[in-house]
Amino acid sequence: MMDHRDVMLPLSLRTLATRTLLLLVIASAVSCSSLPPEDGIRVVSAEKRIDLTGPIVKVFLTLKVENAPTASEASRVLLAFTPTEVQHLSIVKATRAEGKRKKKAFVPLSIEPSELATTAPDAPRLYSVLLSTPLKPGDATTLEVLYMLTHSLEPFPAEISQSESQLVYYRDSAVLLSPYHVLEQVTYIKMPSNRIESFTRVDPTTRAGSEVKYGTYNNQMPNSYLPILVHYENNRPFAVVEELVRKVEISHWGNIQITEQYKLKRHVLNHKGVFSRLEYQSRPSVSGASSFKNLLVRLPPRVHSVYYRDEIGNISSSHLRTNSHKSELEIEPRYPLFGGWHCTFTIGYGLPLQDFVFESVDGRRYINLTFGCPLLDTVVDDLTVKVVLPEGSKNPQPVVPFVTEKHLETSYSYLDVVGRTTVVLKKKNVVGEHNVPFQVYYEFNPIFMLAEPLMLISAVLLFFVAFIAYLHMDLSIRKSS
Amino acid sequence: MAPPALDSLPAPLRSLRLKTKQQELLLRVSALALIYVLAFAVRLFSVLRYESMIHEFDPYFNYRTTLFLTENGFSEFWNWFDSESWYPLGRVVGGTLFPGLMVTAALLHRLLHALSLAVHIREVCVLTAPFFAANTTLVAYAFGREIWDSGAGLVAAALIAIVPGYISRSVAGSYDNEGVAIFALLLTFYLFVRAVNTGSLAWALASAFGYFYMVSAWGGYVFIINLIPLYVLVLLVTGRYSQRLYVAYNCMYVLGMLLAMQIRFVGFQHVQSGEHMAAMGVFFLLQVFFFLDWVQYLLNDARLFKSFLRITLTCVITVGALALGIGTASGYISPWTGRFYSLLDPTYAKDHIPIIASVSEHQPTAWSSFMFDFHILLFLFPAGLYFCFKRLSDATIFIVMYGLTSMYFAGVMVRLILVAAPAVCLISAIAASATIKNLTTLIRTKSRSPQTTSGKTTGSKAAAKGAVDQSLPFQHNAAIALLLGAFYLLSRYAIHCTWVTSEAYSSPSIVLAARGHNGGRVIFDDYREAYYWLRQNTPPDAKIMSWWDYGYQITAMGNRTVIVDNNTWNNTHIATVGRAMSSYEDEAYEIMQSLDVNYVLVVFGGVTGYSSDDINKFLWMVRIGGGVFPVIKEPDYLVNGEYRIDKGAAPKMLNCLMYKLCYYRFGELTTEYGKPPGYDRVRGVEIGNKDIKLEYLEEAFTTSNWIVRIYKVKPPKNRS
Repeated sequence: MMDHRDVMLPLSLRTLATRTLLLLVIASAVSCSSLPPEDGIRVVSAEKRIDLTGPIVKVFLTLKVENAPTASEASRVLLAFTPTEVQHLSIVKATRAEGKRKKKAFVPLSIEPSELATTAPDAPRLYSVLLSTPLKPGDATTLEVLYMLTHSLEPFPAEISQSESQLVYYRDSAVLLSPYHVLEQVTYIKMPSNRIESFTRVDPTTRAGSEVKYGTYNNQMPNSYLPILVHYENNRPFAVVEELVRKVEISHWGNIQITEQYKLKRHVLNHKGVFSRLEYQSRPSVSGASSFKNLLVRLPPRVHSVYYRDEIGNISSSHLRTNSHKSELEIEPRYPLFGGWHCTFTIGYGLPLQDFVFESVDGRRYINLTFGCPLLDTVVDDLTVKVVLPEGSKNPQPVVPFVTEKHLETSYSYLDVVGRTTVVLKKKNVVGEHNVPFQVYYEFNPIFMLAEPLMLISAVLLFFVAFIAYLHMDLSIRKSS
Repeated sequence: MAPPALDSLPAPLRSLRLKTKQQELLLRVSALALIYVLAFAVRLFSVLRYESMIHEFDPYFNYRTTLFLTENGFSEFWNWFDSESWYPLGRVVGGTLFPGLMVTAALLHRLLHALSLAVHIREVCVLTAPFFAANTTLVAYAFGREIWDSGAGLVAAALIAIVPGYISRSVAGSYDNEGVAIFALLLTFYLFVRAVNTGSLAWALASAFGYFYMVSAWGGYVFIINLIPLYVLVLLVTGRYSQRLYVAYNCMYVLGMLLAMQIRFVGFQHVQSGEHMAAMGVFFLLQVFFFLDWVQYLLNDARLFKSFLRITLTCVITVGALALGIGTASGYISPWTGRFYSLLDPTYAKDHIPIIASVSEHQPTAWSSFMFDFHILLFLFPAGLYFCFKRLSDATIFIVMYGLTSMYFAGVMVRLILVAAPAVCLISAIAASATIKNLTTLIRTKSRSPQTTSGKTTGSKAAAKGAVDQSLPFQHNAAIALLLGAFYLLSRYAIHCTWVTSEAYSSPSIVLAARGHNGGRVIFDDYREAYYWLRQNTPPDAKIMSWWDYGYQITAMGNRTVIVDNNTWNNTHIATVGRAMSSYEDEAYEIMQSLDVNYVLVVFGGVTGYSSDDINKFLWMVRIGGGVFPVIKEPDYLVNGEYRIDKGAAPKMLNCLMYKLCYYRFGELTTEYGKPPGYDRVRGVEIGNKDIKLEYLEEAFTTSNWIVRIYKVKPPKNRS
């Protein structure tokens, strides 16, 4: 029964995906006229480079856009994504090339989801890139866009045995999905190895080694979509942290304690049949090519009291290397992770307070930490960062360079009376690019540092006083002779 | 506080007297505090060497139930039906365990949280045993003071703090019933002796509550409920009957019995089971005794009383015998259990109950382990008995009886050394304390003798001692030599205890440590690797079949359902598993299908040389399986009465499920340089069947050192 279901699931998923794509094509054909770009922007030339070498899909777009001479000034440029892409979209960045030739500089631009055209369920979702200086009629500019997709590689066959290597599908469109008219466009797909099982041909299509080139296509209508499918080998470990909770506890006595709870999964594909330790040990290179053993955690320098454990105890297989620039913790799960195997663990470490907590100009304090997951090369589906401020802190204010879900809660720990204010930040689809500093500002009066020691002192004092009082009191009802 | 006699002394002397008294008090309190800390600290070796973790087998069950208790509350715990063990039967946990330990740990946890100390329940569980061991030293001090003097109490506290026989069951992480039960046992005894000495109802009441705590914590309470009546009987026979004894025993027995009935696992056993009948008999006997005493007081006529005594005794004995006979015959009073029998007759279990005999801690004790666990106490014990007999009192009679009976039980079963340890410590403490006291008085009187003669009157005793001094010329030197010898022995004891604790008793047995060839420590964490794999990568309702030893660990760490576990309440079920393990694969498959088994777990030490693995335990599986299912015959697995696994092994052995699962694909592995592939490092032979094909099972997981191997039972084939 179980096996049956395991096989069924990817199949149905696949049909669902194809159906979505079909619908999308139809929808785009229908809705192309209903989505008129309000200004006369068109894409003069577009280059799309898709990097499929890792578990995360990275797409680099170079768009040369031009404003029609007759139109008004354009303050934004729209990007289109399919609904599936939006679900897996982890990061979008855009820069604009300014200046000519040698003085060329790339200015980062902000991006926000656009409310346009989200009525139809299968219609493309639009993101608008806000231009720093509006594009005058008749002018052209070049935009560089980078976006990353997680969970976009589908293993096929869905189950492999220990010694087989892992093959995956990647789906996209040969032409650029765009609400604008595209005059000229190429797509390059870069794969990790020469082993490409198959790829859809949409002429002109050429393959050179591990790269497939689609195009050049000319004069594409807005919202055109030509589905392609690439089937290739990708043995990079697909480590996915399904859930990560990072808890940062600040103590103004000089320590920051960080506890990270990981729920790790070797993603998507399932391990078929038996796991043979003999083969795993005797032929480590062949067998278990797609399993993984080691994970590297990059920690800040001067880290101390590092531990690595799970629900049932300490895990002894880890190594810590520290130097003055960084600390690296190499951890090994209890067992090698094959497809679909789970593993949860907790890493904890302490950091010196003065490296991360500072006083700002206005007298407030702030902690400055890295946001993302310290594991290298992993995707975090669900990241929660909890910053536990010391007891007595007021007015916490997080500053994060991207959109996160925020709320406040109260947590209790040793000797807490009123509880500690905790700032909770949540984000989905986190990748390495999210490892950027963020700050939490708060007000803290150092007198609160003395609260707990004073409490202990008075408790001990009370105990002794009570004892002395007891010794000096005669509680008997009748005086004994 | 100061006795009135002191007031007659001159003022400066009085202040001096008070000062020494205070000094003595200060010394005593600080010594006790140090002993308290020592008893706790010496048990932390395992935490420092390994980590804060639960040890061995049974503690994992206790930990799991404590976790349940803290998460779900007491009422849920009390009514807990655990479907994760003994599949498909399940287990009524609330009614089949002694809840004392779990409730204690949960209360400590709650108390700490109320003081806003956010400790995890695991740390509380790990440190419960050392905490109670430290408390035991206080009880031992009080007990020693009660039966001898405060010096003996201090020595007893120091001895019991580090005695290996007790440490073996109370190191940090050894979260088992015994950890708190020894405390409760000694407390009950102390309070009872105190009640007998004072005749106070309050102490008797306290001892009843001590007994209640003991009953709630450990099955060993049966020892109390038999020893105390025996003691009362001995006091009656030796003519030491007193009102104090009457008050103490009646109050303690009646209240203790009523309280004990509140524990579901014990229930009405106090009035229904053969093991508790002695206490009841003594209770009635005491009433008769009291009655006769009263009649004698009223009658004042010796002859009349004698005939009355005869009639009453005959009646009472007849009624008692009749009641017991009818009760036993009608089944109202249950006969003695096998465990109880095996205590009285060490050979009983071996012949009748293989499941008790198969446990290593139920084996008769070897001399070496007495020496290992008691060290010099073994020699001090008889000396202490001598001192006790020399100064016979109600209290010393008790400790002598406790010492002798528990020594006997310790000889019958290894694990009962634990029960004997407090008694041995107390009696040895009397010996050590009395000897040292005598020696020091000798030395002090000698050195003080010029002062004594120079005018101070300290009574006739010192003078008599002075006279003795003159009769023995080298007495002073001999006393010093003996004192030094005693201190040498005691220091050896301390060294031995520390060494034993650190080397022998502080290993969690979940994590195995060995020395690598370069001298570094190699850790084999295979058990947890396997259990964690089960926890993460099998369906939540998977049923795991393994030998019962690993049942508690699988449910606690793997969080999966097991067929049998260490609570060996159903012999047939265990025998079924034993039968499956010792059958051919196809027969075993049918048994496994009927039990709904999804995974089979075996422990195999052939790669690492870990000797307590399933192949070495296999003959017990055959014996226990064969005890219920005569299809399994032990001789089938032996060759000329010899247990072998190499080429000369019995064909049934080479093809049974256990052999196949342990050695599957082992024939392709080279374990030791210069040996053929498939060389078993535990048995030291090359295995006999290297070409093992599995038809109904497949390898699901094997740990990195091959210690735990897990197989998946394939679903039945489709009928075509």
